[in-house]
Amino acid sequence: MLDVLIVDDSAAIRKILQRVLRQTEIPMGDFLEAGDGREALEVLKTHSVRLILSDINMPNMDGLEFLKNLKSNESWAKIPVIMVSTEGSQAKVLEAVELGAAGYVKKPFTAEQLKEKLTALY
Amino acid sequence: MTDTIEVKLISTADIIAAIKASTEDLFSTMLSMEITSSETLAPQAVVSAPASGIISLIGLAGSWAGTGSLACTGDFACKLSSQFLMAEYPEVNEDVLDAVAEFTNMIIGNVKNALEEKVGEMGLSTPTVIFGRDFQTRSARTHEWVGVRFTSGEHEMFVQMCLAPNPDPGAVKGIRPGYQFPALG
Repeated sequence: MLDVLIVDDSAAIRKILQRVLRQTEIPMGDFLEAGDGREALEVLKTHSVRLILSDINMPNMDGLEFLKNLKSNESWAKIPVIMVSTEGSQAKVLEAVELGAAGYVKKPFTAEQLKEKLTALY
Repeated sequence: MTDTIEVKLISTADIIAAIKASTEDLFSTMLSMEITSSETLAPQAVVSAPASGIISLIGLAGSWAGTGSLACTGDFACKLSSQFLMAEYPEVNEDVLDAVAEFTNMIIGNVKNALEEKVGEMGLSTPTVIFGRDFQTRSARTHEWVGVRFTSGEHEMFVQMCLAPNPDPGAVKGIRPGYQFPALG
């Protein structure tokens, strides 16, 4: 079972991502949510997850800073992270990949686009 | 010798084209709804919007700075949110306001992505959503708003922007400031 952490400052997007993940053939476990990178790091201290979906533009700690923190921690470094963001410039995508993102989905997205990224991972 | 700062230009046509492409993309990918751009709004000092309803504002900062807005009636916001979240929303509530904020983020965010190809990187703020009656929105700057009136069935939606070269040459993008939506009474 795949426990997933969804990090986005929009509750609407967190709901939609959960719905799309449930539609995949991958057996899903618990869904955990955080509104920004700082909250996400707190969630990770008390829960173990096997996949993270994260926005980039968020208050307090953005997605790239969160990714940097995650990858510098030995216990969390191997958790695959898919960035789901409106930020679509090549520079931002490259930065995310260089920091260790396993995939990048640009908003707005179709369910199929997200499922494709997940299928490539699992 | 005098130092000169090169100001890269964005035309009204660039903004209009980016608004149309970005809005149509959102409607086709995440809402599965038809939307038509029915009118390009002439530059004006105030935001065009229904007299009552929802307006969502998002700031942009970088070499160019300004504001993007999305405005529609409460009924249309409920219809869009129902489609987006696959749940029934008969009246405006926190979920509807959050969904409208996200529509604004995606539409103006992708307009920003398109314009960045011309003027370089810009940062985007957290959207602020206002729901009420008989309000008017005006930019404190003297620059004018340009935008597009969209129609979907009997509903209308306005997407507009007020952008100008940033007078602060040291302006850089930053992360989003936190903002909590006010609770509806």
